[in-house]
Formats: sequence, structure tokens, C-alpha cells
Amino acid sequence: MPGFLVFPTHVALHLLVALLLPPLIPGLIAKTKAAMAGRQGPPVLQLYYDLARLARKEAVFSRTTTWVFLAGPIGALAAGWVASLLIPFGQTPAPVAFQGDVILFAYLFGLARFLTILAALDTGSAFEGMGAAREAAFSALAEPALFLGFAALAKATQSLSLTPMLLSHGAAGGRLTGPLILVLAGWATVYLAENARIPVDDPNTHLELTMIHEVMVLDHSGRPFALVLYGASLKLVVLGALILDLLLPPTGRPWLDWLGFLAGLGALAIAVGLVESAMARFRMTKVPQFLVAGILASAFAFLLLLV
Amino acid sequence: MSPVPFIPIRNGQALPLNDVPELPFAAFRETIVQAVREGQRLACLCADAERRLFAVLADDAEKSLCTGRTRLEGSRYPSLTPDCPQAHLFEREMAEQFGLVPEGHPWFKPVRGHVPWNGAPDPWGRGEAPLPGVLDFYRVTGDEVHEVAVGPVHAGVIEPGHFRFQCHGEKVFHLEIALGYQHRGIERALLGGPHPLTWKMMETASGDATLAHAWAHCRVLEGLAGGAPSPRVDRVRGVALELERMANHTGDLGALSGDVGFLPTASFCGRIRGDWLNLSAEGCGSRLGRNWLRPGGLRHDLEPERAQRMRPRVAQTWADTRDAVELLWGAASVMLRFEAAGAVDPVQARELGLVGVAARACGMDLDVRQDHPFGPYADHPITVATAQSGNVHARAWVRWKELEASADHLMHALEELAETPAEPPPGPLPPLAPDSLCVALTEGWRGEVLHLAITDAAGRFARYKLVDASFHNWAGLALALRGGQISDFPVCNKSFNLSYCGHDL
Repeated sequence: MPGFLVFPTHVALHLLVALLLPPLIPGLIAKTKAAMAGRQGPPVLQLYYDLARLARKEAVFSRTTTWVFLAGPIGALAAGWVASLLIPFGQTPAPVAFQGDVILFAYLFGLARFLTILAALDTGSAFEGMGAAREAAFSALAEPALFLGFAALAKATQSLSLTPMLLSHGAAGGRLTGPLILVLAGWATVYLAENARIPVDDPNTHLELTMIHEVMVLDHSGRPFALVLYGASLKLVVLGALILDLLLPPTGRPWLDWLGFLAGLGALAIAVGLVESAMARFRMTKVPQFLVAGILASAFAFLLLLV
Repeated sequence: MSPVPFIPIRNGQALPLNDVPELPFAAFRETIVQAVREGQRLACLCADAERRLFAVLADDAEKSLCTGRTRLEGSRYPSLTPDCPQAHLFEREMAEQFGLVPEGHPWFKPVRGHVPWNGAPDPWGRGEAPLPGVLDFYRVTGDEVHEVAVGPVHAGVIEPGHFRFQCHGEKVFHLEIALGYQHRGIERALLGGPHPLTWKMMETASGDATLAHAWAHCRVLEGLAGGAPSPRVDRVRGVALELERMANHTGDLGALSGDVGFLPTASFCGRIRGDWLNLSAEGCGSRLGRNWLRPGGLRHDLEPERAQRMRPRVAQTWADTRDAVELLWGAASVMLRFEAAGAVDPVQARELGLVGVAARACGMDLDVRQDHPFGPYADHPITVATAQSGNVHARAWVRWKELEASADHLMHALEELAETPAEPPPGPLPPLAPDSLCVALTEGWRGEVLHLAITDAAGRFARYKLVDASFHNWAGLALALRGGQISDFPVCNKSFNLSYCGHDL
């Protein structure tokens, strides 16, 4: 579907946001949690400081690891950056858009996960193997929720490219409201699961046996670990954009759209912080039920659009 | 029907050793097995270098204790464990300390990783300097079974212990716990005591239960020297012990909440625990209650003015605690986690002889303060809380109910202390009675703490045995995990919150 003209300034802005903004989001989540707990908490820019510190540190590699161990963080971050080019930020079209980019987008995350899991298995640690098994099992349940949401949008917009799929729903009018809410609900579960947040995973725990995502990166240190942390924050932005694109109304003024998008990212971080402040995480055996609920929400959205 | 009965003994009483019946081993064994079968508890079983065995049986329902002894002919004896599982760890400990081998012990392994003190041959032939945790672990084999080893170095700032899980996917078939990394040789160092350092060792046997151990030690010495402290001293000691309970239970409820990722209670309780600790500091200058007591009396009395000053602070801290913990019971997501994890079967709990919070969470109505009252608890009984389900929720709930009871006790005690004048400190204790045995039990925040002392002809310690609640309860944690989810281990572990150093001594 042609007609989306991408201006160089918007592309530049898109790249800047994708490169520089992500570490702010975990800081906002942490600040929200601290405020809810009556603490001062770490500075909002803490992750930037951490990345700077890790960049100056030497990496330590276990003797059992091979190049695969390093390919994990590098490949995962590369996949995240490419995915960030395919997704529109707010109402601004994505820098790269073509028919079928939605499949590439989804599988870039699949690739990142695959590499992270391989790197975890490469350490030969019982913990990391356990985390890898959990990540594989849970992401297999998160993926259908993502894809059924895409299928619903593809059906509604008759397109397989993210930019038209996510941005043109305003034209369809009220008929889309119900399915969109369901897709958002489904993707909200994906957002929490893929980003290893409560109630699926607890990013702050020090208890190896309960971790899902964190335990897979326990052996990383120094610069590779900085890549892991940065990649995780990038994921918060890219998957957050997926939700915000559906949620934010087009204003017709590009700069207002950008502001809305940035404010939306902040609001999303605060919302995640609030969820984490208000509930305990699920027992591991309950996580699949939560993710299946996400699948069902997306599936109903798709069914509603079929009839 | 017990063949030859042990001699009854009160909590804190000293008996001339000659009054303690020395039974033939067969009768000794039969008495213990029979008594435990009838519902009594083996509170202590220990040996000394002369191959004498001493046992303390607690009949919690009848509120009585009794003790007996025997002498082994050789270094091998038929194990009690097959007939009386409560003896399992005591027998392993005796084998490691004195080379006494229990024949037929179903799970004969070292406990702490040292060779016998008395130069007897090591039952496992481990050489000069064995390492803790180096032993053959129970293993489940099969294609889909995997083994997970955790510790002794952990990701958090906690004590070292090694946990070996046999898992099928996320399900735990078996957990084996290997400890001993904190072994300092306290019992061995106490031989010939009391020494100048003895008091420090008692307070740090398990540092978070300073007062439970310090008070038990005081009562052993007071029993042997024959000087009972005044009721006012007992009242102050009660305040000290209950403050320790408040701080630790509050901290535990917060930590349990943190382990399931529920922030509000975790954050509040972290701070409020500090408030309780600061109240201990108000009492004696140390947040952990160090040097509050001393044998014969107190090192820091609670004068009426100070008791009066503490009253509003206790009331305020208790109100804060209540607000913070009530958030926990109101969160469905937390209840879901607590109720699903870590159930111990009440029958197994009884067979293993669990004590303290873990036992009360399995419906066992036992508490030293109620069953074998000491200090102020005879005149000011405390409400004992029990729960039935034996899971993480039950252990959290029992802690909560104990907080209520202890807060009540504290307010009344401080009110009374604010109205009674301080007493002049008593003089030093007279020398300890020679050739005697004394048993003192206290109820620490984890559970029963037992100190047993035997003096020689000069009135020095010929043997001093400490049994922390953790010594009884670690096996309970292993059972709580059986058939459970490995991801529930941290919250189970926290719900027991056992002491590593209290076990390792």
C-alpha cells in the first residue's frame, strides 16, 4: 500500500529514538516502583550509567563457552535494531516498510531468542539450561498471541506490512474498536512476557531458581553484558511501539505525534511499574494460563474480523 | 510401656549426674524408641568423649521433660533411626564428633565436615581435613532427569549451604541439603569452659537468634550455680526475646513477599524490621541484642524511664507492622503463591520432630514458652498459634499470629517495667556445681533452642551441647520440596528461614 512518504528528518528522529532512548525506560519503571514503595530509588538514568560502567569493564568468559556465547548478545541486539526499523513509532511511518515485513519483524525476535537460548546452553550451566527451557516454552505460547493479533490487523487492513497495518486502522471506523481492544489485551500479555516483567518473570530477583530470562544471561559480563541490558531495553521500546501505534490517535501534526509517542512510552513504563508494584508474580505453572489468555484475546479479535 | 524410665527434669534444672540413671544401651534405646512412638519428642541426643550418650525427651502434651544416659562398650551400636527417625541427624553428628558408628543408619553421611575430636578413626575414612559438602549425593538417574546444584555460593548475601535437586523438568523428585560451611567448632571450644570467650560464642551461635541462645546459656549457668534471677530480670529478658522475634518475623514476612515479587509488603517490612531492631538498640545499645543479658542477670537493665520511652515506639512500630502485613493477606496473587508451595505432611513433620514455626504450621501445638515455661512465661502465658496446612501460607500465618501475641506481651511487659523500680545488679555467679547435668530450653523466633551442659569434678564443662531449631528443621525443608516445583524453592526456603550457622555451630 503506497502513499506513506517518509521524510529524512523523521527517519533521523526514528533512528535517534531507537538508539538513545531505550535505557530510559527501565529507569522509569524502577523509579515508578520506588515511588510506589516510598523509596527514592535509583536515578532515572541509572541504566545509562550502568552501560558506561560495563563498557569500561573487561569481559570474563567461562572456559566451557565458545563463539556462540558471544553471538547471543551481539545477534540479539542486531536483530532488535533491525526490528526497530520496521515498526512505525507513533503515527510516523517506519523507515523501512515492505509487504511481509511483519513476518520478518516477528522472526527477528525469534532469532534473537534463539541466539540467547543457544548462548545460555553454551555455558553448560544447569541454571541457564533451565532458564532456556522456560524461555523456549513460554515464548512458544507468547508467539501465537502476537501472530493472531497480526492476522486480525492484516485482515482488517488487507496488508502484510507493519506501517499500514498499525497506522491505517483509524480509517476503518467503529467496526474495529472491539477487535482492537482484544488485540491490545493479547499484546499486553506478550509485552509483559517478552520483556520478562512481573507477573511472568521478576527482573529484580536474585533467586536463580525462579528466573526465566535473567538466568540465561547470568554468565555474561562486561561489554557483552552491556549489550544484553541494552538489548532488553530496546525490546521494551520496540514492542511498546507496537502497542502505542494501535492506541495513539493520529493528530495530523507530525511533531505532536512524536510527542504523543514519547509520552506514551513513558506512560507505558509507568503502567508496567504500577503492575509490578501491585501484584506478586505468578507461580511458574500458572504462566502458561496467562499466556493462553493472551492467545484467546487475539484469536477472538481475529474471529470477529472474519465474520 | 517404658522399661526403665528416664528421670524427670524441669526446664533449667540441674541434676547431680549420679541421679541421672545410666541404663544399659538396649534399655536406653528402647526407652527412646517407645517414648517417641507414644508421641514424645527427642529434643537432644548427644555423646561425649567417654562414649557416654545423653538423651533429653520432651513430652509437650504432658509438659514434662526427662533425661537419661548410657555408656557404649565399643564404637559401634545399633542405630535408633530405623525405629525413631528423629534420631537421624543426632546419630550422624555423634559419629562425626566421636567416631561412634550407628549400625543400620539408613542415611549415614557426615554432617559438617570435620574429623572426630577425640582422635577416633573417622567413620567415613575421609583423611585429615575433610571439606564440607564433599559427599555422595542421592541421585536419580534416567534420560529426562537432571540435577541442579545450588550454592554454597549464592547470588544473594546469605549464608553458604549446598542444595542438590533431582529434577524432572520443573518438578523436584528429591532435594538433598549439605551444610557445614559455617562450622566453627563451638561445641569443641566449650570443653573445659566456661571460658572468657564462651559468652561471645553463645551470642553468635546463630547471630540472628542471639537472645534465644544467650538466655538458654544464662539459664544453664544459673541452674548449675543455683542462682535464679529475679522476676524483674526475667521480665526484661522476655522483652528482649520478644523484640528479637518481632524483628525477625517482620523481616521474614517482608522477605517472603519479596520472593514472590510483591513489593509493597517487602518494602515496608524491610524498614519496619529496622524499627524493631532499633528498639533492641534502645534497650541495650545493640540492634541484635548483643550483651543485653549476662549470666545471673542483665548487663543492661530496662529502667522505668527507658521502658516508658519505649512504649509509644513499640505501639507505633506494631501499628506499622500490622498495616504492612495486612496488605499481604489482601493480595490474591500472593495467596495463590503461598498456598501452592511447600506443604509438609503433618505425619512426617511429627516423625521428623520438627519444632517452632515449621511445626506449628503443621498443626503441632508446641512452644517451649507454653509447654516448658521459663522466665516470665509461666506467669504471663503466651497464645500459641497453629495452622493446619503445613505450606508456605501456614508458616507465614503462624508468624503473623506470633507477631500479634508477642506485641501484646511486649506492651504489657513494658507497662509493668515502667512501674517497677530498677534493681541493683546482682553479683557474679557462684561456681558451677560439679558432676551435674543441666538442660535449658528457650523458644527462639525459629523455634526450640536447647542447651545441655555436663560438668566435670571441677565444675567445668565436660560437654556442652547446643541444639538450634534449625538442626531439627532442615530435613523438613527437604521434604517440603518433594514433588514441588523447583521455582518454588526460594519461597519455601524463606518460609523456613533456617539458620546455617546455628546448624553448623
